Amino acid sequence: MSQLKEPNLPESDVPESTARRRMITSFSLFALAAAIPVGVYEWITNSPKLYGARKPLRRVLDANAALAKTYFSNTHLVATFPVEEAAKKPRQNGYDGLKTPLPEDWKLQIDRPQGAPLLITMDEVKALPKHEIVYEFKCIEGWSQVQHWGGVRLSDFMANYKLGTKSGNAPNPESADDLYSYVGMETPDKGYYVGIDMESAMHPQTLLAYEMNGQPISAPHGAPLRLIIPVKYGVKNLKRIGRMFFSDERPRDFWAERGYDYYVGL
Amino acid sequence: MKRIVHKHPLAIRWFHWINFPVLFVMIWSGLLIYWAYDPYKISFGDYTLVSFFPDGFYKFLNVPFRLAEGMAWHWVFMWLFMLNGLLYIGYTFLSGEWRHLVPDRNSFREAIDVTLYDLGLRKTQPPFIKYNGAQKIAYFSIMLMGVGSVLTGFAIYKPAQFSWLTAILGGYEAARLEHFILTIGYVLFFFIHVGQVIRAGWQNFQSMVTGFEFTKNTGTPDRGTPDRDPPVTPDPVNNQPVAPSPTPNPLLPA
Repeated sequence: MSQLKEPNLPESDVPESTARRRMITSFSLFALAAAIPVGVYEWITNSPKLYGARKPLRRVLDANAALAKTYFSNTHLVATFPVEEAAKKPRQNGYDGLKTPLPEDWKLQIDRPQGAPLLITMDEVKALPKHEIVYEFKCIEGWSQVQHWGGVRLSDFMANYKLGTKSGNAPNPESADDLYSYVGMETPDKGYYVGIDMESAMHPQTLLAYEMNGQPISAPHGAPLRLIIPVKYGVKNLKRIGRMFFSDERPRDFWAERGYDYYVGL
Repeated sequence: MKRIVHKHPLAIRWFHWINFPVLFVMIWSGLLIYWAYDPYKISFGDYTLVSFFPDGFYKFLNVPFRLAEGMAWHWVFMWLFMLNGLLYIGYTFLSGEWRHLVPDRNSFREAIDVTLYDLGLRKTQPPFIKYNGAQKIAYFSIMLMGVGSVLTGFAIYKPAQFSWLTAILGGYEAARLEHFILTIGYVLFFFIHVGQVIRAGWQNFQSMVTGFEFTKNTGTPDRGTPDRDPPVTPDPVNNQPVAPSPTPNPLLPA
């Protein structure tokens, strides 16, 4: 008979009392084991919240982020699409941080460890090389849409203005220790704010965007300058950037404070 | 003396019962996530047959506005689901248990006969050793579906890092739909499974806890010795082709 043939199940003869004892033991253990999931549920739901999420869940989410960083790579690019596939009217979702009028004298403020904050105008931003991307924007709610954005690479911007380092030099891949761990961004009215890990910020597809479908970004989509970070869910794509800063501490994050994962890396 | 047949190894019983609450958490948290963008429905032209899901359904289960909570649970318990599934698959193939599980070319014919029997359109049940053809197909499919859920799950969890996987599965939106369909599959399986377990009776159910079942004495040459206890009433889940009859209470063996 071939190995593939289904064998008979093993049998044995046992005294009736033994069989009964085994049943009682098995069912007792089963009942005890059934208490474990109940206990786990009670433990999680009665744990204090850490940054908007139950502590045990938050700890695992943070561990997931640490794990995700080990296989995150600048060579892993999000899929891009032909420009014709881009939505003519990109979906807008969320007005937090946009509820007040855009300040007339808007300039991008960048806090630096040494010296006064940098104040950068739109013309100065536009002086850097322009990049366009047509990719599938992904909302944390689950929907996605092919969209067309244009702007400057955040990594180019940081290199040009020598940002994100403790030394004040341009970011250098050779000296990763010199880089801060996070970039923080917030709207001028501080109504919306995000924190982004430095690796994702430096990803070649991460843009400071000022164009949507080849036109200046409209107000509800985050004029004049917004973040487009395809390796994150939409919640991290802060509109109307007012201030940018760098830190080794996790900057506060609007949706993480409301119980979402902090990293939300794709 | 009683003759017992060792039906489910201890490891399989652990994997089975661990999977129950873990998969429950995955489905429940998945529903909390799905609610935030719930476009799926089965419709013909303008006529919608099933909408996933009606507002009343969400309201009844207290689903709305719990996306963050759903994601947190989903991304924590996915590890337990994967670990338990991996151990189950590993054990099944290393122990040889797969020979009871993987369908062969006869299983499909047998499954039809079993279905006819279950529907009362056939008098006898085809003979089987551990699982009948329909069970083999169902349980093996569930194993494959588990693999599918992990793959489609990663395709929507990390579509940038694993863009090749997302592409193979037809893209981000397709992978999300596939992930959803597999989940509907588990829910359908669950109801059929529980229904069939109830039909099969206590002997069968308790073997998933204790591991063994009492055999009935039918004088089969390769089974047991002639001086055993008198035959107990045959039960429909035993491994012989028999007509259905009431299941004896195994706690009080005849």
